[in-house]
Amino acid sequence: MVGIVGYGVYVPKYRITVEEIARVWKKDGKAISAGLNVKEKAVGSFDEDACTISVEAARRALAHSGIYAANLGAVYVGSESHPYAVKPTASIVADAVGASPELTAADLEFACKAGTAGIQMCLALVESKMPAWIKYGMSIGADTAQGRPNDALEFTAASGGAAFIVGKKEDEVIAEVLDTYSYTTDTPDFWRRQHAEFPRHAGRFTGKPAYFKHVIAGANGIMKRVNMKPSDFDYAVFHQPNGKFPIRVAKQLGFEKKQIEQGLTTPLIGNTYSGSMMIGLASVLDKAKPGEKILAVSYGSGAGSDAFVLEATKNISKKRPKKTVFDMFEEKEYIDYAEYVKFRKKLKSL
Amino acid sequence: MNGALPLIWRKFGERYDLDGNFCETCGTAFFPARPVCPSCRRRGKLVPKKMPKTGKIVSFTEVFTGPAGFEHETPYFIAIVELDNKARLLTQIVDSEKERVKIGAKVGKVFRKISDIDPEGPIAYGYKFKVVC
Ligand SMILES: [Zn+2]
Repeated sequence: MVGIVGYGVYVPKYRITVEEIARVWKKDGKAISAGLNVKEKAVGSFDEDACTISVEAARRALAHSGIYAANLGAVYVGSESHPYAVKPTASIVADAVGASPELTAADLEFACKAGTAGIQMCLALVESKMPAWIKYGMSIGADTAQGRPNDALEFTAASGGAAFIVGKKEDEVIAEVLDTYSYTTDTPDFWRRQHAEFPRHAGRFTGKPAYFKHVIAGANGIMKRVNMKPSDFDYAVFHQPNGKFPIRVAKQLGFEKKQIEQGLTTPLIGNTYSGSMMIGLASVLDKAKPGEKILAVSYGSGAGSDAFVLEATKNISKKRPKKTVFDMFEEKEYIDYAEYVKFRKKLKSL
Repeated sequence: MNGALPLIWRKFGERYDLDGNFCETCGTAFFPARPVCPSCRRRGKLVPKKMPKTGKIVSFTEVFTGPAGFEHETPYFIAIVELDNKARLLTQIVDSEKERVKIGAKVGKVFRKISDIDPEGPIAYGYKFKVVC
């Protein structure tokens, strides 16, 4: 048995509403908010970045799992906002949580899906005979996503992250990973060049040939492999660039609204990029009962999807985190656009 | 920070995870770690010890004019925090509404950027605290 032994989520406490952003650019905030199905987004404070968010999420995952940091054999951090272009975030995170130097670590980048690619790597390492010393691997998806001022992405680009620890001890696994599958093509829907501050995207092209094509291929591909259909799942989680796409893709695949509600977090915190699907999955694990089946599909521009089929084990009921993901969202403080500009250092003289 | 890199690197344990030490002779915890126990002197037996991650505010002040590198963070709180094992440290208090920053308030450690002044230089990470209920 191999699967998730613990998880942790961290979302910064500051929020800016879609309407507040729209007010600055003289746009119709109510209409945009309804169109995106996003009310507000989480904003990292001036002293937070993908590294600090990763550390907080990692610490919570360790606390939840009860696993000693010194027993981690791998730490991966998936992000598109790594603080350094060269110098791994993962080594800082490993050191800060008290991991042993005897581990492998690396930073990953695949737009919004690098964290789930890291989960796949951990699954393989933990299952592998070589290196046999890796008992646990941790993969984190975290971002302080930046939207260019007055760009459509500014309404949703948010900060937050989630950490998952993978292990294989029968009495520790809370959700067994039954299978994983990926679908990848060269699709230039969204990118950020070296030294460029903000990413650019191909507008409408980010929808059908990008998000929908890959998420659908990922979901259908894995369901075929495990011989399951949408009605066989208790929960489904999809990447959430906004609050509308995951609802639409669920419908196209044949899932019902009640299957995706528990994992739908973007309407309340925005799109946390590498954190997005992983935070949704964490929220599902907050509720899932033994035996329940979960489909989880990430999406990263450029483009690809990682799909997972999980089954909650009996260990999950005795291992609930103190605070649920949705409870955590309630610890918040609203800021206006001026503070947002200050926090995210969008003023050049800062 | 560049010139001081080796010095700062040696303090990662202290800054990231509150690594201090403890005198087994008299039971006193020290943060930062001390080379000798001031009360036991040569009889003291010091061992490395991680400090608890929670404590309470014993004194605080609000900074309106920050030193170089912190001038854009104002206003902010700095406080002397007494950890649960009585060791004391000076720290910035973040993510806490003004009304909640007071003497006796319970605080917990968070991991934050301490300074990031030079866009081409290294980033310093470390502990800050926030009020927890
Ligand atoms: Zn002593």
